[in-house]
Amino acid sequence: MDQYTLNLLVVGASFALYIGIAIWARAGTTAEFYAAGQGVPPVMNGMATAADWMSAASFISMAGIIALAPAGGYTQSSFLMGWTGGYVLLALLLAPYLRKFGKFTVPEFVGDRFYSNGARVVAVICLIVISVTYVIGQMRGVGVTFARFLEVSTDTGLYIGAAIVFAYAVFGGMKGITYTQVAQYCVLIVAYTIPAIFISLQITGNFLPQLGLLGGYAPTGGDVAFLAKLDQVVTELGFTQYTSHTTSTLNMVFFTMSLMIGTAGLPHVIIRFFTVPKVSDARWSAGWALVFIALLYTVAPAVGSMARLNISTTFWPNAVEGNALDGEALSLEQINTNPELAWINTWKNTGLLNFEDKNGDGFIQYYNENNAGMQAIAAERGWAGNELTKIDNDMMVLANPEIAKLPGWVIALVAAGGLAAALSTAAGLLLAISSAISHDLIKGSINPNISEKGELLAARISMGFAILLATWLGLNPPGFAAQVVALAFGLAAATIFPVLMMGIFSKRVNKEGAIAGMLVGLIATAIYIFLFLGWFFIPGTATLANTPDNWLFGISPASFGTVGAMLNFGTAYIVSGLTKAPPREIQDLVESIRVPKGAGAATGH
Amino acid sequence: MAEEPQNNNAYWAANVRIILISLTIWASVSFGFGIILRPALMGISVGGADLGFWFAQQGSILTFLGLIFFYAWRMNKLDAEHGVEE
Repeated sequence: MDQYTLNLLVVGASFALYIGIAIWARAGTTAEFYAAGQGVPPVMNGMATAADWMSAASFISMAGIIALAPAGGYTQSSFLMGWTGGYVLLALLLAPYLRKFGKFTVPEFVGDRFYSNGARVVAVICLIVISVTYVIGQMRGVGVTFARFLEVSTDTGLYIGAAIVFAYAVFGGMKGITYTQVAQYCVLIVAYTIPAIFISLQITGNFLPQLGLLGGYAPTGGDVAFLAKLDQVVTELGFTQYTSHTTSTLNMVFFTMSLMIGTAGLPHVIIRFFTVPKVSDARWSAGWALVFIALLYTVAPAVGSMARLNISTTFWPNAVEGNALDGEALSLEQINTNPELAWINTWKNTGLLNFEDKNGDGFIQYYNENNAGMQAIAAERGWAGNELTKIDNDMMVLANPEIAKLPGWVIALVAAGGLAAALSTAAGLLLAISSAISHDLIKGSINPNISEKGELLAARISMGFAILLATWLGLNPPGFAAQVVALAFGLAAATIFPVLMMGIFSKRVNKEGAIAGMLVGLIATAIYIFLFLGWFFIPGTATLANTPDNWLFGISPASFGTVGAMLNFGTAYIVSGLTKAPPREIQDLVESIRVPKGAGAATGH
Repeated sequence: MAEEPQNNNAYWAANVRIILISLTIWASVSFGFGIILRPALMGISVGGADLGFWFAQQGSILTFLGLIFFYAWRMNKLDAEHGVEE
């Protein structure tokens, strides 16, 4: 059976499974549509949260982001700590209390706690900006994965993906999404782990990639530590030492913090904790979510670093035993004739990898052409620049099964895993958007007397529109798609996280304080990002060049969410102190969400 | 029922104390050992790298896991002690 048929079979089977679950888990009430009837057991909710959280970017790109030159290595640990540390904040500071509050959406909590429709609308705006930004990347991810593995155009792939999400999200709501996410988690984690185990066995002789990262380098008998070998090879080729810290410590701290509080402030993650039966389940559920996330996040740095060493030694065969530059680089003849290296040409065809024999010597020299020492060596040896001209971040995960010479069904599984990661995150985001529209805007502001049936219909229609919008944005992605992700995290960190935390931990912060805080956090963060990345991301409008010299105290735009959050907290406390305390019943509400007793079912009306 | 607000205040104070202890550990393993204190821990090697590198890439995540489960377990006990469990 050829690879195409295998891919089709495995992906088709996974889709049939999702549709089957969707038919079984139809939503009949708004409670089921928004919060899966609050009947999801904590372990299952943990799995669904993990699938919801881990996007196409986590599955396909993260290993490469962490490990690839020029910035790869220790410095990128921020992503690992940031995207997991946020769950500690969720479990300790937000999830149990929001579950006790017992409503369906994040803006609803903001509106009730700060007794203001204005605050609720500001929260809806932040939520929609964050979620729409995020969903563009997911829809692209679906299209690209389809295109790569099923030989259809990216646009066709996008339509198929949108149709699948439509089928289970519109009919099943949160209930359908939750149970399909459980299935999607299983698919994606198996797909991620199998190739990782094989590459770890090949390079370190260790079955567990997590231990392999700390183990010995197997091809020379394991006496040299793997990380020491990696450091040696990459520095020899003129790249930054893998394990060394090369950027500003302050910026690394702020960036990690922004990712942590940004994670804890992402609406589509927070609403997952509304679906469990009890307050104590919300606490456990955050723990289970992190267990399932950690299964992938502890494997990713191992996969990335091992794949990087593997590519380096492939292009410098002498590096396996000794020093890379003591021997010749990989020859073109080898690439074209050695069946073990067939993957190099396969991936060149996809555009994710590229090489060019610039000096025409028949060998492909791969090194850091911006390094002064390497430039001297290059001049001496007659090299005309780095000849491995492109290695895409996504290569690390997608090409792993072929590099490790695994059977075809593993490649098919990786395709299904990438699709599962993208679809599950897209569905979670779409639910957050549609519930903000139908519950917070329609039911909360425009037509409070809408019937249960009417609201359910409105929720389904908003979901349908959200999918159409996401598909359209996926087909016509704005040129600034990569930059807006910084904005999404920055806004979640600077607006939603602080307002929720103050709503729970302070009885004194009032309506005026919350609104002022959110607006200051929102505006300060947006302006700082626009200054460096262009006003409203229009190319060429950036006021300052995006370089560390121009950054305020060396804080990059992506790290500014932390500052935005500080400004939000500070403003909210000062303004609240100058205006009158919240009314008695609001203070009683805060008292009641702090105590688990009497949570019961949701009271959405 | 006059005791209830007092009981709730004691419960909340105990909860905040547990949160503060947990967050101190949360910050020490990531921002502390993983980033700021890393140069000071360079001497301690862990499988080809140093302790700080290990905390940044694996140790923090494992500690975070331990923290969340500890908190869930400790809070369930606290809920029962104060009679506020569901």
